Amino acid sequence: MRNAFIDTLVELAELDDRIVVLTGDLGFTVLEPFAERFPDRFYNVGVAEQNMIGISTGLAEAGFIPFAYSIATFASMRPYEFIRNGPVLHQLPVRIVGIGGGFDYGHNGATHYALEDVGILRLQRGLTIVVPADDRHARSALAETYAVDRPIYYRISKSGKAIPGLDAHFEIGRLAQLRAGRDLALIAVGPTVTEALGAADLLAVDGVDAAVALVSSFNPSPDDELSELLSSVPFAVTVESHFVSGGLGTLVSELIAERGLSTLLRRCGVADLPRGVTGSQPFLENRHGISAVAVARTALSAVGSPR
Amino acid sequence: MNSRIRLRILEQSYRAGVGHIGSALSIADIIAVLFGAVLSGEGVERERFVLSKGHAALALYAALYEVGRIDAATLDTFCGEPSVLGAHPEHPLEGVDFSTGSLGHGLSIGVGAALAARLQGSPRRTFVLLSDAELNEGSVWEAAMFAAHHGLGSLVAIVDVNRQQAMGYTRDVIDLQPLDERWRAFGWNVHERDGHDVEALRATVESLDPESDRPHVLLASTTFGYGVSFMQNKIEWHYQPLSDEQFAAAVAEVEAMASAEEPLTPRR
Repeated sequence: MRNAFIDTLVELAELDDRIVVLTGDLGFTVLEPFAERFPDRFYNVGVAEQNMIGISTGLAEAGFIPFAYSIATFASMRPYEFIRNGPVLHQLPVRIVGIGGGFDYGHNGATHYALEDVGILRLQRGLTIVVPADDRHARSALAETYAVDRPIYYRISKSGKAIPGLDAHFEIGRLAQLRAGRDLALIAVGPTVTEALGAADLLAVDGVDAAVALVSSFNPSPDDELSELLSSVPFAVTVESHFVSGGLGTLVSELIAERGLSTLLRRCGVADLPRGVTGSQPFLENRHGISAVAVARTALSAVGSPR
Repeated sequence: MNSRIRLRILEQSYRAGVGHIGSALSIADIIAVLFGAVLSGEGVERERFVLSKGHAALALYAALYEVGRIDAATLDTFCGEPSVLGAHPEHPLEGVDFSTGSLGHGLSIGVGAALAARLQGSPRRTFVLLSDAELNEGSVWEAAMFAAHHGLGSLVAIVDVNRQQAMGYTRDVIDLQPLDERWRAFGWNVHERDGHDVEALRATVESLDPESDRPHVLLASTTFGYGVSFMQNKIEWHYQPLSDEQFAAAVAEVEAMASAEEPLTPRR
């Protein structure tokens, strides 16, 4: 997905000279197309994420649209206060590009797992979060949002594999319904929706008719469409490659509570930081309950639980 | 103008019953020079100023009042309810380019502003005023390295070297010496001046070459609480507000200074 995103950024930068790219010394073999085409608008700031966001703030105030690129953990957490007091407080069009949501950096270990980026950044209500689910979705999401006059965090995953049923269309604050179902709603964010779709297939074998929906933005999130979906089913399961609190699961909890809905919710997500257990992304997703099999198991337990 | 800024600092902090007086007094002369004789341009072409040591915002408000950018009624809302004039500056106020208050953010924002000017082919300069204790923040040095690597000669960092911080003297907390050698080693042009000599400050700032292949740092040696003898170099005046008697004594001292003040040489 990184390459699709950067290819689109190069296309946009041909037309819009406000676009500048900064990187915290990451993106080897990814950022070269931009760096080679626009050497005057490309800055490797070195391993200095706070400075990268501070510089972006100064650039944006003067009229530029800076894209600040790093691995999602480093892009979101190291400069968190710079993000808050810079682009968020001043409402400047800084784009923070966080690569590798969730367990994308599987074998790299805990320091590289972005398990709270959406949660901590969702707290900043003046910051929009965009989470594309596949390559074409990433392209349209970027083209649709790059020029808006507020800050954006893009959570860019490694996998760009096409999601069945998701056309490339991206609209901020909208829900994508990928599959209809009466018994249960599986609600996912990002490429993890693949696991939700797989879980729906498994549940169908057990006679459970599951809807699958995809959330691709927060601040704004598709609150009304989610509430409508939640009102139409007795059970819902959120699926995210993220801590179980703070992100999608918390958003849906808030909607159920505040809108007085009777939907029973189960949240599939990571319970705690893994310590000393690394592995491939599929291994970790299964271990932490966000693989298709694990999601189906959680959904069945919800359906079988007393109301 | 510098003594009038000091008087406004005393009046407003006394009226509002708030502290940070010593820090504001320490930069009164630097702020007077910047707002009275240096900063130029309007709109997107205005020269940017970042008060990275945001806790001295009262000095900035006083300067904005003295140059007519905010009126007396606005100044009198300092630390009122509601007011855009808090203890730290907020960008919705005319004349505040960036909200600050958390130390260590300003220099990198200034680097971005200077880089933007370069990309836009503009000669406008960027000024960032830091405290010496703020140099404890590692992010300052991230920005310093980038600015030097990219040769941002239009960037001017001014360090208010008053040798004090919230809980002690800098030499006892984290010793910053040798400060000139540290900046020089980071690739900056280093200029050292008396931070209360307005004419020397003005002449120095105006002489800095924006075409230099190195950014400029002006180490302005100041006295915390300058102008009010009982505050000078006293740690407790970082936070302490003024009593009635202290206010009267402080105003008398600053008024005496004001009568001896020479006008600043106007902007080039």
